[in-house]
Amino acid sequence: MRLGHTPSVSGPELALVVSVFIACTVEAVEALTIVLAVGATRSWSSALYGCTAATLVLAVVVAVFGAALTHFPVDTLRVVIGGLLLVFGLQWLRKAILRAAGMKALRDESAAFASESAAALSADTRSVAGGIDAYAFIVSFKGVLLEGLEVAVIVLTFGANQHRVPLAAAAALAAILLVALAGVAARAPLARVPENTMKFAVGVMLTSFGTFWGAEGAGASWPGEDVALLGLVPGVLLAAVAMTVWLRRAGAAGAARPDIA
Amino acid sequence: MSRLGRGVAALWSFVVGDDPVTALGVVVALALTALITSSGVPAWWVMPVAAVGLLVLSLLRASR
Repeated sequence: MRLGHTPSVSGPELALVVSVFIACTVEAVEALTIVLAVGATRSWSSALYGCTAATLVLAVVVAVFGAALTHFPVDTLRVVIGGLLLVFGLQWLRKAILRAAGMKALRDESAAFASESAAALSADTRSVAGGIDAYAFIVSFKGVLLEGLEVAVIVLTFGANQHRVPLAAAAALAAILLVALAGVAARAPLARVPENTMKFAVGVMLTSFGTFWGAEGAGASWPGEDVALLGLVPGVLLAAVAMTVWLRRAGAAGAARPDIA
Repeated sequence: MSRLGRGVAALWSFVVGDDPVTALGVVVALALTALITSSGVPAWWVMPVAAVGLLVLSLLRASR
């Protein structure tokens, strides 16, 4: 038995954990707002049943597809995963840049909570058998499932590519538990979480890794192999920040000259 | 719309989102990378250029 052995974590594995954790935190904050709203206004037990059911569905999706994905040839996996991550990454990054530049409204968890609560109060009050409030169950289930699906894809794609689906799932679970604990402690939507900054960071990571794996899967060889990521991630970040500054200035110039369309 | 049609529409919306041009651009860039690589020329630069270019185009469309 070896004593003093410290398991080493590679750069891509660290990026996997960080990306999945941040992405899952953002989506969990949004899901928490929905669960809190229907729980507080309709039924806590039904909202929690819906939340649990959706989490179980997501766990099954990750387990089944995670096992299946590891049997694909690595190049096929990388080109599909790279393409998918890049499409997701560019979508996250575009929205984050537009929000940071003031061209799209920042998500307001307090406003989302108020809106969900109002809708829940005005909805039909009939319940299904077993005392479960159908509205609270379905809204909670749908909210958690929809917010979680994108994270499930990130868990699967990052995890399968490095054959570390359990590590990715653990990072996702840690984020969900952290947000759930914070939500229970606060008993209010987590309005102070810097969601857009986190989305910006996830967008940069997804775009960088999607670019890297997509090119590798399509047959290209990166100069320096994995070390190329050390240039790619800061490069994408720099480009995204530059685009934010450019859009801010364009927006300010447009506001200063209202006669120009 | 049939259940299958709704499923396909939901999948399309989930993967492609509200910007199909970007998704199409990614597919074209991957194909271009494979094509250039198969001719023996280094093609690692295609995807980073495509990613930045597609993001700029997407932002321009969104900010109009």
